[in-house]
Amino acid sequence: MDGSRKTTCPARRGRNQRNRGAATGLAVCLAATLAACGSSSKPAAPSPSSSPSSPSSPGSPGSSGSSAAGAPVGVSLILKTLTNPYFVTMENDAKAAAAKDNVTLTVAAGAKDGDTQTQISAIDNAISRGDKGILITTNGDAVNTALNQAKQAGLFVIALDTALNPPSVADITYATDNEQAGKLDGQYAAAALGGKPAVIAMLDLFNNQIVSVDIQRDHGFLEGMGISPGSTTQNGQEAKSGNYSGGTYTIACHQPTGGAVDGGRTAMENCLSAHPDINVVYSINEPAGEGASNALKAAGKTAQAMVLTIDGSCAGLKLVTSGEFAADTAQYPGKMAGLGIDAIAKLARGGSKPSVTNGKTFFDTGTALVATKSVPGVTIQSPSDAASACWGK
Amino acid sequence: MTTHVGGEAPPPSAEELLSRPPTPAQRVHAVLHRQPALSPAIVLILAGVAFGLLNDRFYRLENLSLVAQQVAVVGSLAAGQTLIVLTAGIDLSIGAVMVLASLVMSKLVFDQGVPGVLVLLIGASIAVLAEAVNGLLVTQVRLPPFIVTLGTLSVFTAITLIYAQGQTVSLKPGAFLLWSGKTVSVGSLHLTTGVLMMIALYAVIGFALRYTAWGRHLYAVGDDADASRLAGISVKRVLLSAYMTAGAAIAVAAWILVGRVGGGDPNSGLNANLESITAVVIGGTSLFGGRGVVLGSLIGAFIVQVFVNGLALAGYDPNYQVLAVGLLVIAAVSVDQWIRSVKA
Repeated sequence: MDGSRKTTCPARRGRNQRNRGAATGLAVCLAATLAACGSSSKPAAPSPSSSPSSPSSPGSPGSSGSSAAGAPVGVSLILKTLTNPYFVTMENDAKAAAAKDNVTLTVAAGAKDGDTQTQISAIDNAISRGDKGILITTNGDAVNTALNQAKQAGLFVIALDTALNPPSVADITYATDNEQAGKLDGQYAAAALGGKPAVIAMLDLFNNQIVSVDIQRDHGFLEGMGISPGSTTQNGQEAKSGNYSGGTYTIACHQPTGGAVDGGRTAMENCLSAHPDINVVYSINEPAGEGASNALKAAGKTAQAMVLTIDGSCAGLKLVTSGEFAADTAQYPGKMAGLGIDAIAKLARGGSKPSVTNGKTFFDTGTALVATKSVPGVTIQSPSDAASACWGK
Repeated sequence: MTTHVGGEAPPPSAEELLSRPPTPAQRVHAVLHRQPALSPAIVLILAGVAFGLLNDRFYRLENLSLVAQQVAVVGSLAAGQTLIVLTAGIDLSIGAVMVLASLVMSKLVFDQGVPGVLVLLIGASIAVLAEAVNGLLVTQVRLPPFIVTLGTLSVFTAITLIYAQGQTVSLKPGAFLLWSGKTVSVGSLHLTTGVLMMIALYAVIGFALRYTAWGRHLYAVGDDADASRLAGISVKRVLLSAYMTAGAAIAVAAWILVGRVGGGDPNSGLNANLESITAVVIGGTSLFGGRGVVLGSLIGAFIVQVFVNGLALAGYDPNYQVLAVGLLVIAAVSVDQWIRSVKA
């Protein structure tokens, strides 16, 4: 299956990578002052009443039938950072699952994106503490050696959100299928057009086209519309005009947004200037989509164009309700962490190992298309239904 | 009069050399030396003609007004950057300060409901204070501006990310802070109040540099700090004031950014640090200090955006925009070197 071809990582990660570039990796001096990154260990109280208030997503910690009886199981959750709501949601849902499964959870996180040293120490600590497993959103390949040692010591390693490089360093990966996420948006756009000619703006992440999520979402969207991406490794290689599943199409532009609001706005403004009749806007993530929506508003063209995006944050769902986004494909960071805790707890108590989703190289934590207007042939979730599983504030 | 034996022409006297008509190259050199904003202005006009030929949509007022809107943020930053570069300094943290100020302003309104005017004052204070930190490190601790702002770039970026918790803040339509994004239409020319604010900023700084003692001192310090000190100028005070005035310009840029983003986004202003320097350099201000005009930076910012917009309109891959801007910087610095080469 094509969707399993590459590692997955959400645009969120890409955004942070960009910061790394902008700061030319000079935040080193800062790391010294901020090195006191969160690493707190406390046994989770068995009673769910004292678990932290977190949006317990419906599909979240699955009732896998693992008995919570017996000695507590030690698990380490090692996040990229704790400054991003995407990862904070992982922490919260992991704590909720830990309380349910009688797991002693230790949370650690890098001081900033790319901080592998803190993650390596956290892995070493997990081994010496005798934890049964590690859940990690990696900050880089430097953690691989430590993770291999952990596996030799008998720990079960689960990569969350982003596959390791190579993916086999982890025992299994829990992640979003980004190509599928893009595909859902594309199918929705094609159905919503109802046969009208499509003029499409593609608002990507970067112009270097090396971040896998950038390619997967872009290509997924085009495939969802029934357009061949024309390449497996590069964006912008599709035919500039032709037929989509419902009629004829024109690609108006491929522009980088940096995954930020101002980048999305400038990109959309330039696209609109060249093609005032754009009626479909793909955006790599919610901030880029918000910028595009601002540009459409300023140009008085909100009625003519639909903005489709990917993220599923709580703030983003509100923009679906208010009509800025025609559709937003949700991903579930909390579910990745919750299911990961469940899996290790089950394994440690004699259960079986978790297995990958059929036809993929990773465990797909699922995606859902959130929209207010239903279109033929596409399953949608209303923003209010989706809100129970959204991430961030 | 001496008579030369052997028929060789006599070596020219100093007077003859002085009165000799200048070669065309020398004439151009002299004009460019007097008018630092002239060469970028020519580039801007040529670029405009070229992009107009590539796609006739380029010349539509709607498109030109978009370019102006897109320039407003980096243009305002470049005005502040010019002041610092004129002192032979550089500010790598200027965009980070702007994003910090814009985010604090947006979050105060969004989370606490603080009134807009008060929030503006707080935002401006943050920008000026942050630049005062840069200025004090340069003048009192005597660190090179490059190193100081390399460090504060990381510091301010990190503070922004920690404070924002990765969250984008969208303000309600009609919020006072969004006034800078309000559209001001003259026919089919759709400017924003932010664009007008930027123009006002350039007028104020341009006037101050040209007609006030402070402005002349700034040039003097940038040209030769030692000579300025001997002439009785308080070099440290002038340097510090340059950074703090740049802070005020950053505050304007931050407000315009809030209007453009519709709130605060910690990931915005991605390349603003370097783009502001690019605008200043393309605008003909010398990185060695003491030479340049603030108007040049405005033209420089426009050149960059015209290239980005024009190449996008013509349907070129975005990577060519990056390539074109890079070549422009090298060309601009080469011209600067040539202009500075003959001091006589």
